[in-house]
Parts: sequence; C-alpha cells; structure tokens
Amino acid sequence: MNNRIEKLFQNKDRDIISIFFTAGYPNYNDTLEIVEALDSAGTDLMEIGIPFSDPLADGKTIQESSSKAIANGMTLSNLFDQLITLRKKTQKPVILMGYLNSVLQYGIEAFYAKCHECGIDGVILPDLPIEEYEMEHKHLAEKFNVIVVFLLSPLSQHNRVEQVKKAAKGFVYLVSSNSTTGNEIKNSHQLEEVIPRFNLNLPVLIGFGIKDKASFETACKAGNGAIIGSEFIRRIGQSENIKSTTEQFINELKHQS
Amino acid sequence: MKTEILYRKGYYGEFGGAYIPEILYNNVHELESYFLDVLSSPDFKKEYDHLLKEYVGRPTPLYHAKNFSEKYKATILLKREDLNHTGAHKINNAVGQALLAKRLGKKRIIAETGAGQHGVATATVCALMNLDCAVYMGQTDIERQAPNVSRMKMLGAKIIPVHSGSRSLKDATNEAIRDWMNNTEDSYYLIGSVVGPHPYPDLVARLQAVISEEIKYQLTEKFNRSSPDYVIACIGGGSNAAGAFYHFIDDANVKLIGVEAAGKGIHSGLTAATLAIGKPGIIHGCKTYLIQNADGQITEPHSISAGLDYPGIGPLHGNLFKTQRAQYLSATDEEALEAAMELTRKEGIIPALESAHALAALQQLQFRKEDIVVVSLSGRGDKDLNTYINHLNY
Repeated sequence: MNNRIEKLFQNKDRDIISIFFTAGYPNYNDTLEIVEALDSAGTDLMEIGIPFSDPLADGKTIQESSSKAIANGMTLSNLFDQLITLRKKTQKPVILMGYLNSVLQYGIEAFYAKCHECGIDGVILPDLPIEEYEMEHKHLAEKFNVIVVFLLSPLSQHNRVEQVKKAAKGFVYLVSSNSTTGNEIKNSHQLEEVIPRFNLNLPVLIGFGIKDKASFETACKAGNGAIIGSEFIRRIGQSENIKSTTEQFINELKHQS
Repeated sequence: MKTEILYRKGYYGEFGGAYIPEILYNNVHELESYFLDVLSSPDFKKEYDHLLKEYVGRPTPLYHAKNFSEKYKATILLKREDLNHTGAHKINNAVGQALLAKRLGKKRIIAETGAGQHGVATATVCALMNLDCAVYMGQTDIERQAPNVSRMKMLGAKIIPVHSGSRSLKDATNEAIRDWMNNTEDSYYLIGSVVGPHPYPDLVARLQAVISEEIKYQLTEKFNRSSPDYVIACIGGGSNAAGAFYHFIDDANVKLIGVEAAGKGIHSGLTAATLAIGKPGIIHGCKTYLIQNADGQITEPHSISAGLDYPGIGPLHGNLFKTQRAQYLSATDEEALEAAMELTRKEGIIPALESAHALAALQQLQFRKEDIVVVSLSGRGDKDLNTYINHLNY
C-alpha cells in the first residue's frame, strides 16, 4: 500500500516543511480551516495535535493551546468527526500527534481503523515505548496503512538508535536539543554531527525549537527538513485571519530573512 | 518476592513501565541500569543505614496505642513515621535517592511536592549533601501548606510555583519532569512516591521498605510474632503504604489495607479515590489506574489533604488491587478530620491529614480482639494546623 508520507520523501528530500498545530485551537472549528490554509501555503506535511490534559513533552505554548482546545470541547472522537472530510481539503500527508493515553481510552484498534477511514497517514506518540508498539500497535498500524513515527535525540546512544532504526518507518523525528517543545536550539553543530553518526536509513525531520528562517535553515542543513509547532501556534493564536497568517508564516520560512 | 515478579521488565502485573519522551530515555535507562547495584553496594548501605539511624532517627517506635486499642477492641499499634526528622516517612526515600544522585555525579536535584513533606525532606538532604534543589509546588498547595514552604526556603531550596491545571501535585509533577527534560545532564529527578516511570516505583518502594522491615522485628521483640493481622496505610501515590506493606506482601495471612482520600465522597466529583473510580491509563510515564474522563483527559482530584490529592496511584498498588491481594478503602475529608481529632485527644498525637485517613479506616473494619493491627502514622500534623483550626472551630 502506498502511504502519502513515503511518497512525499520519494519526491522531495530537502527543505521539507512540516507544521504542527493543536486540533480545536484557537476555535473548535478551526482544525480543517488550518489544514486548508497550510495546504495552499505550501506546507509539505501536517501534524495535528490531539489535545491532552498533561502533555509532558510540551512547553507552555502547546500546553496552553491544548487546555484551550479541551475547554473548546475538543476530544479525540470529535476530532475524528471533523477529519472525516479531511481528504476533500488536502492530498498532502497528515499525521496525528498526541499522547498514548488518548489512544488507549479510544481503543487501539478503533484508533488505527479511524485514522485509515479519515485518510491519516501517520501517528506520533512520544510516550509510546517501542516494545509496546511492537506488541500492541504494529500489526494494527500496518493493517490500516498508518506509519508510526519514532523519535531520537542528540543524546540517543548506539543501542537505542539501532532499536529505533529497526522499528521506524517513513522518517525519523529528531529532537533538536534536550528540552521540551518551544525552547531555543542549544547546539546546532551537534545536529550536523549526530545525523551521520546515527547512520539512518530514513529521512530525518528536526523538531523542537524551530521557529524562523534561521533555525529552519539550520535544521535543513543537518536533516531533510523541519517540524515547526509552538511558533505557528503562537501566530494563529493571535491571528484574525488564519489563511493570511499561515501564508505569511510559511512565506517567511521560505523566503524572507 | 511477589513485588518483583514482572511479566516484562519494569511492570507489576500489567502496571508500571516507562512511558516517556525520547529525551528522558538516557536518564531513565541510566537510573535503571545502576540503581540495583548501587542499592546493594556495601558502601551505599553503610552510608544509608548510618544516616537513617543518626540523622533521620530510625528505627521509629511501634507504639502500642492503649486508648485506641480499647476503643477498637484490638491491639492497635502505630508505626510512628511522624517522629522521623522532618516529620514524615518521606525522608527515608529522599536520603536514599540523594545518595544515589551523588553516585551518578548529579549536582542539582529536582522534586515535586504536594503537602510539602517530600519537598522539605528533599530540601533537607540537599542542604546536608550540598546539592542544588528546585522544588515544584502547585500554587494551591503553596497556600494550604505555608509552614512547609517557609521551611524549604530556609533550607535553601528554590520553590517554583505551578499555575497550570489544578495547581496541585499532578501539575507540580508535570513541571518537575519538564525541568528534568530541559536539564538532563546535570539534574537528578528525586521523585517522592512510588509513581512515575520504571524504575522509580521500584526504587522508592525499596527505600521505604525499611518501614515494614522494622515492623517485623519490632513485633517479634514485643509480641513474639513477626507479622501482624492488619497493616493499614493511607494512599496518595502510595509510598508509605508500599513501605509498610513491602515485607508482608508474600504473607497471605497479613491483611493489607490501603486508604484512599474520598474527598467529599467517591461519587461527588470531588475525590482523589483513584481505585474507586479510576480506569487504567498513563500518568507521569506510568501505566496505572487514574481518574480520567472518557476522552482520557486526567481529571482534577480533590482531597483536603494535599499529600493524597493525586489522580493516579503507584503501579504496585494497581496490581495489588487488581489481584485482590490488598483491600482498598476510602475516607472522606470529614472522616479524616474526625479521626485526626480522635487521635489527638485520645493518644496525644496530632497526625498529618494524610495519616488521619488511615486512622479513619479503623471504623470501617471489624477486628477480633486478638488481632494485631498496625497503622502507618506516616506524618505529623504541624503542617496541617491551619486546616485543623479552620475546620474544628478553635
């Protein structure tokens, strides 16, 4: 089965822009409007965040967008109701990112089945252990043609890298520095050293701390592209017009210095 | 020990594990690789035992509460963890983990605290061992446990107020873990209960196991038997209960009773009785029971006692509950206040509000008169004086 994530990397291997945003933020019905805006602004990949009450890996911006989305009434099941028309809005690869507890309460099989039904191509669950993925998720993800993306950090050691390489598909999500989301990249040179050391057989997207043209270029020099979340969320949180804010933001990343 | 039977590494039955972001993988893995070797090394044991004896003041008495025994028609023994240095069982764990952190070469300690007892214990050992100390505490708890906040400050700890969520223990734990993610190389996360990712639940249980180890030999000395009929302890995350149960888990003759905080009542929507109304899920990197809605959002708990105000429970207890090896009861805010007053007036001991929940369970159980009942008096009530005064009309 062909997966849109794999197709993307077959056609493009550099300067990939992936944008993360929280479902149901700033307003409950903004989810698909943001998808459309990102599509027309020229994003390569989109990651939709499932709001969670206790997002451990996230900094303030994503925490606050999550709480607001929950207060707006967003749940995983409501999100799937919105996403049922996703494929009328975009043909670009779309990933759901969230925490394992949301998936466990929804039901693991029901979750992957619904992802398939909505045309979701991938899932990122930063707190899903690889062992548990292999026992309880892998066969279902494969059955429903959903790629589960794994993360590495610059501190990941040889054995861990090998373990991730074995399980990973699509691309590897490399966390830029050891921190929660939304912080500055601490050592960009570190990224250029670690990627060759990891000797990965998959493309690498770099996330956490990418927020402007400069950090985007740093990430693109080391990997195949970058994932931007907090800064985009901050912008649309203050925006009057999602479409123009999104266009301007993507434009800044690509062109303006 | 049954406590160590794991169907896969790091689990008690189906509970436990390490559900952590990749950034923490190294630290958790490092801790997992070293902690058993460190804990069993002769030099660690020597230093730990010495500090427990000379600094903490162990062994704590197993006090025969005669007036309570008369009232409840059984032999009621109080394991006086309230007499430890800093006023609760929390110091047993803090001393052990701080020694471990030093051996891992860490210079800075991060902790979360609810009632402030773990924060005070951590600030204390950091002062003793010359470590930097950052304590995360919910704003609500800062207000209701003011004396402990002052103690931590005096001990040199940096208190970081947490304003997210219910501004209590759950949120303080999130922030402590986030701090750890941002400072993985120099900082050690000194968790205060048998919760969090493996190996923390196991590590903390082993460090608190001194409680049941002492109960065993104290019973032998006083009653010529090495196990009681009942062990009763309050449960938030469940560290004092884990310590009080630990050496009796394999002895089916000992009834293990955990007492959760029912708050305003288990079906009131204002409760912290996780096992009564929770479902399995993931909280703070651990698979266990938690209070959550159908969408998996973790619900804000309520208890008058800041130390029990936690929407999860240690995975060891999750397993003891599921396998029915232990029985879990609950006591309301009101019942805990009454029990605290009763102990104060009958035995001349002002208990912590947490421990008062364990005492409140005495009313719910039917004893035979020959029964020996050990209640873990996990902490003293100095920190709760404001709450007592407000509720009991003095």
